[in-house]
Amino acid sequence: MSRESMEYDVVIIGGGPSGLSTAIKIKQLDPNLNVCLLEKASEIGAHILSGNVFETRALDELLPNWRELNSPIKTKVTKEKFLFLGKTKSLSWPTWLLPAVQQNHKNYIISLANLCRWLAEQAENLGVEIFPGFPASEILYNEDGSVKGVATQDMGIDKDGNKKDSFEPGIELLGKVTVFAEGCRGHLGKQLIEKFELNKGKDPQQYGIGFKEIWEIEDKNHEEGLVMHTAGWPLDNNTYGGSFMYHAENKQVFLGYVIGLDYKNPHLSPYDEFQRFKTHPAIKKIIEGGKRISYGARALIEGGFQSLPKMFMPGALLIGCDAGTLNMPKIKGSHTAMKSGIIAAETINEHLKENKDLSIYENKFKNSWLYKELYEARNVKPSFSWGLILGIIFTGIDQILFRGKLPFTLKHKHADHKTLKPANQMPKIDYPKYDNVITFDKTSSVYLTGTNHVDNQPVHLKLKDPDLPINYTLDKFDEPAQRYCPAGVYEVQKENDVNKFVINSQNCIHCKTCDIKEPSQNITWVTPEGNGGPRYGNM
Amino acid sequence: MKILVAVKRVIDYNVQIRVKEDGTGVVTDNVKMSTNPPDDNAIEEAVKIKEAGKATEVVAVTVGEEKAQETVRKALAVGADRGIHVKVDGILEPLAVSKILQKIVDKEKPDLVFMGKQAIDDDCNQTGQMLSALLNWPQATFASKIDVKDNKLEVTREIDEGLETIEINVPAIVTCDLRLNEPRYASLPNIMKAKKKPIEEIAATDLGVDVSPRLEQIKVEEPPKRKAGIKVANVAELVQKLKNEAKVI
Repeated sequence: MSRESMEYDVVIIGGGPSGLSTAIKIKQLDPNLNVCLLEKASEIGAHILSGNVFETRALDELLPNWRELNSPIKTKVTKEKFLFLGKTKSLSWPTWLLPAVQQNHKNYIISLANLCRWLAEQAENLGVEIFPGFPASEILYNEDGSVKGVATQDMGIDKDGNKKDSFEPGIELLGKVTVFAEGCRGHLGKQLIEKFELNKGKDPQQYGIGFKEIWEIEDKNHEEGLVMHTAGWPLDNNTYGGSFMYHAENKQVFLGYVIGLDYKNPHLSPYDEFQRFKTHPAIKKIIEGGKRISYGARALIEGGFQSLPKMFMPGALLIGCDAGTLNMPKIKGSHTAMKSGIIAAETINEHLKENKDLSIYENKFKNSWLYKELYEARNVKPSFSWGLILGIIFTGIDQILFRGKLPFTLKHKHADHKTLKPANQMPKIDYPKYDNVITFDKTSSVYLTGTNHVDNQPVHLKLKDPDLPINYTLDKFDEPAQRYCPAGVYEVQKENDVNKFVINSQNCIHCKTCDIKEPSQNITWVTPEGNGGPRYGNM
Repeated sequence: MKILVAVKRVIDYNVQIRVKEDGTGVVTDNVKMSTNPPDDNAIEEAVKIKEAGKATEVVAVTVGEEKAQETVRKALAVGADRGIHVKVDGILEPLAVSKILQKIVDKEKPDLVFMGKQAIDDDCNQTGQMLSALLNWPQATFASKIDVKDNKLEVTREIDEGLETIEINVPAIVTCDLRLNEPRYASLPNIMKAKKKPIEEIAATDLGVDVSPRLEQIKVEEPPKRKAGIKVANVAELVQKLKNEAKVI
């Protein structure tokens, strides 16, 4: 069936910090270029989730006058704490002993979703056409194999694949350059990495799952501008992860937990680790008497320099965490994503004006502070594969004494889906019951995300082998999807003594963890119908 | 025949509503907003009638703050021909909206006015009825089926007892139920085209309507939390608890 098509100079997929920065920078370089940006969420920001302590370096370059533009960057970091948690005790680590990359005194506590909404306004003022609610679902190629653009999802298909009365075919958006900025584990980015072998010679990408809740807390416990991180309990020495707590404006704290998806025990439930983390006396005393108002989760990139794929290919660029520009030891990816977007715009401008090949992206990247930053950060995450304690000791040497300049690069050995050990070889974990005051079940959490998918549409979580979950994964790994999914999408139900694998795809909050962690890579996340997924506010 | 459709911007139906701590209302900052769902049905029906050749023009109108214009723009993207935005800031009650719509009807002279049966934010279910009274036009509320017949409308209404079919004379007001139709999606090319369609902006004060609230809102609070359930061992215990604790039998 033929689809309508629209032509642009630049088509950008994804309205996060990298895509929006590309859009703004292109228009600044040449207002006459036609730029459109597709976003799968119902509005810009609704699928954005991040801590976030924001370093303004890239924004200072992109919009030097941002302070005069009514930006949502208001709360300066005023105080920092780092705690090692034992089961009930906590040890405060002096901040002067933290590596420079983990010091935040020049940074701001922000909502990245609100920053993106604001960036989108700036982009629209410059003439960028932004289309929320339109997921790009398919990559289009020219005959020579170069990327030609994308097609948006057909709307109005029922669960069996038939057209409903409301059927509206997708359309083709053709760009002289297409920029993929879908964020971590973008489903088109994944296809591009494979097709163009962008990760050839690189270490396997590493991921984490990040949870975030927003709490409105009592005045006496709130300290606007305070940034606190923890390591240790409830995770064991061999599981990579930690928490953040940022005291934002309006008596809110942004409370979150990140766990490396290279964890080994299939009985581990990242969601429940986060929930029980909140019961630690050092944390509970702050949120007690407060109210949880938001919840969300999203996979994030942890691989860094060693795992960063090539970011250019014929006709297209792959930027931000769709490639993987997050700086793990800094626990920040927004400024790096934005910088990768700025470099993309400069590359595209020269490509269109001077007919230079898109491969000039590589050199521009190598000469930027972004490259230097990622290079110096490269050894931190892999050192934690030796455990928390050795990781910290090594990181101290690497980051404080040598400032990332040690003459070797540690490797990431395994992709995250390969790290699970068989269920019968690993200890079961007995998680405490939810108290509905500090800790909550998944259902009431997902309720807070405002997630909805139009019912009667095809399931957007595709199983390569529909029988594998019950025939293999359940027996060998106790079907870990039941636990790694932060939204309760996957369940194993017993019906007349027969196990059945159930996918509640309407609950999906688009975090992509299943696509990453499923041990046989049996689950593929594809875009559901536009407007679907969470409706995050100030996440 | 010309159809005027009133649309309202409300908090998206998927968003979990949060009451402001001071009890003055609900939180709307950084909250996803959308067109009131039954208003989408109203627009869809008007566009369908036009597509069937029974109407010549569909005009979408909204009353509200600056950003309310998004709902008119969306109506234009699914087939309305032009839009009107009456700008008012602050709390708006159905009476004020009806009076503004009355002025717009005087100006536009439509044959039909469609709107949603009620808005999902204040649940008033009054604007259509009040407008009908102000204009002295017949009304059909809760419409789940509309047949246009020359100068009459046959309307099926969703009522408690089932379905009621009535016939009313045009000009008329119709308020639409969610079962009326399935609203179409706005396609990307149509969203682009909608950006070029005209939206007339009018200040409510220029219409000479007093929009000041007639009601005093005392307090907004969350519904009480549901208590956790309990398991009973047998029927006897259940009966005993219903009798002595719940006191319902």
